[in-house]
Amino acid sequence: MTLFLEQLLNGLQFGVMLFLLAAGLTLIFGIMGVINLAHGSIYMVGAYAGTWVAMQTGSFFLGIPAALAAAALVGAAIEFLIVRRLYKRDHLDQVLATFALILIFNQVVTLLFGRQPLFVSIPPLLDGSVQLLPGLPYPVYRLAIIVVGLLIAVGLYLLINKTRIGMLVRAGSTNREMVRALGVDVRVLYTIVFGLGALLAGLAGMMAGPILAVQVGMGEQILITTFVVVVIGGVGSIRGAFVASLLLGVVDTMLRAYLPSMLRHVMVGPEADALGAGIASMGIYLLMALVLLIRPKGLFASNF
Amino acid sequence: MDNSIKKQILLAVVAVLLLALPFIASATGYPAMTSLATRALIYGIAAASLNLVLGYGGMVSFGHAAFFGLGGYVVGILYQHYTQDDLFLGLVPGTNQLLVTLPVTLIVCGAAAALIGALSLRTGGVQFIMITLAFAQMLFFLFVSLKTYGGDDGLIIRRTNELFGLKMRDKQTYYYVCLAITAVFFFLLWRLVNSRFGNVLTGLRQNARRMAALGLPAYRYKLVAFIISGMGAGLAGCLMANFLRFASPDMVHWTKSGELMVMVVLGGVGTLFGPLIGAAAYIVLESVLASWTEYWQLGLGFILLFVVLYTNGGIEALFGRLLGRRV
Amino acid sequence: MSGPILSVRGLVKRFGGLVATDGVTIDVRPDEIHALIGPNGAGKTTLISQLVGELRHDAGTIELEGRDIGALPTARRIGLGLGRTFQITCLLPEYTVLDNVATGVQVRQGHSFRFWGNVRGETALRETALSFLETIGLAGRADEQVANLSHGEQKQLELAVALATEPRLLLLDEPMAGLGHSESRQMVALLMALKTKVSMLLVEHDMDAVFALADRISVLVYGRVIATGTADEIRDNADVRAAYLGEGDELC
Repeated sequence: MTLFLEQLLNGLQFGVMLFLLAAGLTLIFGIMGVINLAHGSIYMVGAYAGTWVAMQTGSFFLGIPAALAAAALVGAAIEFLIVRRLYKRDHLDQVLATFALILIFNQVVTLLFGRQPLFVSIPPLLDGSVQLLPGLPYPVYRLAIIVVGLLIAVGLYLLINKTRIGMLVRAGSTNREMVRALGVDVRVLYTIVFGLGALLAGLAGMMAGPILAVQVGMGEQILITTFVVVVIGGVGSIRGAFVASLLLGVVDTMLRAYLPSMLRHVMVGPEADALGAGIASMGIYLLMALVLLIRPKGLFASNF
Repeated sequence: MDNSIKKQILLAVVAVLLLALPFIASATGYPAMTSLATRALIYGIAAASLNLVLGYGGMVSFGHAAFFGLGGYVVGILYQHYTQDDLFLGLVPGTNQLLVTLPVTLIVCGAAAALIGALSLRTGGVQFIMITLAFAQMLFFLFVSLKTYGGDDGLIIRRTNELFGLKMRDKQTYYYVCLAITAVFFFLLWRLVNSRFGNVLTGLRQNARRMAALGLPAYRYKLVAFIISGMGAGLAGCLMANFLRFASPDMVHWTKSGELMVMVVLGGVGTLFGPLIGAAAYIVLESVLASWTEYWQLGLGFILLFVVLYTNGGIEALFGRLLGRRV
Repeated sequence: MSGPILSVRGLVKRFGGLVATDGVTIDVRPDEIHALIGPNGAGKTTLISQLVGELRHDAGTIELEGRDIGALPTARRIGLGLGRTFQITCLLPEYTVLDNVATGVQVRQGHSFRFWGNVRGETALRETALSFLETIGLAGRADEQVANLSHGEQKQLELAVALATEPRLLLLDEPMAGLGHSESRQMVALLMALKTKVSMLLVEHDMDAVFALADRISVLVYGRVIATGTADEIRDNADVRAAYLGEGDELC
């Protein structure tokens, strides 16, 4: 039982990480109609910048502002130099241009930091575990990620539902033309949304640092999973992104944790492990297929 | 001179050059050229298949590596069972005959494309891109986890499939086999895009709303196009696995889908021979850049960015402009 | 069949809190041109969109020749005999004029799973398409690219393409919009000549055209039909006058 709870928390932690990326991705698509493959690269930039600063200064907490600043800077630069030219282009051009950005970012990062992954240790303040229930110790750091992720979800909810920018964002995700008609300077709105998405991605990258290896290609791995989140949640829906992120995080973690041992009941050990791991890594895609069968536009697609 | 005559002459010249290529290669002291050209032909088939849905049908698939890789694995898996003399799933015997592996590839990839297409075509636009990408990634993870078939490391195919007792291991022979298959493939594709089917497919890209108002049930036409396209990419994968004598998860990797897309765009979206030119350009670019630096993808990234942002229609359009066709 | 070709009963469409179509009931009889008029924002195009199935209605029924088509997708409705033209022209921009119509003929025939023969070489298909262009008076421009057509010609082509689908009922969304005076008169004459072949529901702002063509007129205001009748009845209707005067528009 405690093992199950622990896995549930792990799933939750993976889920909020996905949410930080999915929220930006879905907003950028919802508001600007741009599919941004380079979102994963921003995540990687955040991870590298934060981890590197943390390694140099020895302070994880100095790494956080560095990660945020680098991600925001790179995000703004991408928006200003490239993505701004793509708003009126078709999806193919957007995919190709941002695919080119992935290639460029991956190579530049390799040039700067080499092919060896970077590692940063968990800051002492967040090291160790805490007894959540009797017999259920859980790492403080992962708990912190969950808390930060949930706080950000609440913050986004307030931002979108209670502020003027949020009002424009909501209007923009259902009717892009209307926002233009309201006489809002859409370029400013776009930059704000893109910057916000980049910040969240950078933060996710930084937080991932101590848990995962910081390496080239980390962005694309999570980007594709994030796409699955966005498809399941419904493109343009923050609420959908939130629910789908947590769902996927938990489903993925549970499958990885339990499927091999379940298969071991019916087949020999190593083969069960391999097959189990394989099917587990396919799980979220099968979930996506299921959602497509039932609700092709996603669970929380805006109806109009 | 009439443009259609110009085109025919150009086509004839290219055909002669392609036929003579292995001789030119050995005469000029660049025997590696034959291998490069073989790869270009194979990728040309894959890119042209992608172009059928992408350029003609307007469906931006970011998952065609799935079919390319699947085609490769059909060859690899059948070969492994052939050498081990056992049955795939306890049912299907292995083989090393191209005349068997090729049709099997087409059937398997057609079925996979039918499944993936049936699901992803339930939505369109940006979801379609994400979903095709995701399904290809799913296949990638599947092959990585199949330890029986090499897992991460891939499957070595010790000998190229046999065909009519030809010396398939010989680079020149294999080049000519690929050239013949490429010629047949492009002939079929040419008929297809000019047929009634091609007509409605192109219409769907131009204006889906108009086609619906004509009474066209779009879904089934898009799905059939997607299946044909998947089979084409599978064919290329089958040839590639035979060429490399290797099938690996790399063939299914998402960057492969991206590369195929880049080839289409380099050559010209929605043109018959554009993808072939684009594939050749990509292969040459890759080998030239890679000989300069191990960071060659950086250069590729910038070139791609330039092509997307500042050119319109790729290399074939450039040729077209030089030939004095439409601007 | 003596009943109406199109029979719409109690159609409702809501967008959030806004009721765009509010219990619309309307009939089109065989060989009739039924005009639908109303001030801007009355919900005329919204109604057309529901009839062809681009929008799903929330309540009510749509029957074509006695058959409920309300749940069918657009393509099926067209197949059953519905045809439409678009207010803002909706053509295949990369094709020639003839190819646009020929594609319509091809889809009507239903044999689009043919992968071998050259579609541009099918003389029967092209001759049929050409005959529709002759009907519409656009045969001289058959090989022109759509992009090179004038606005009036594009409107005519819209009509030719719609006819190529051989509709029993034609939904015309402002066929005169943007046309000059002589072009409008040409279009009126064209529609008049077509009247015996196909029934029409005509959405139009050009009152001269409406009064010249329509057998009956319905007036749509704020998503509701406030009056249906002959031209004379509508002219004399107090509610209609009020609605139009309220908009600052002049009737006739």
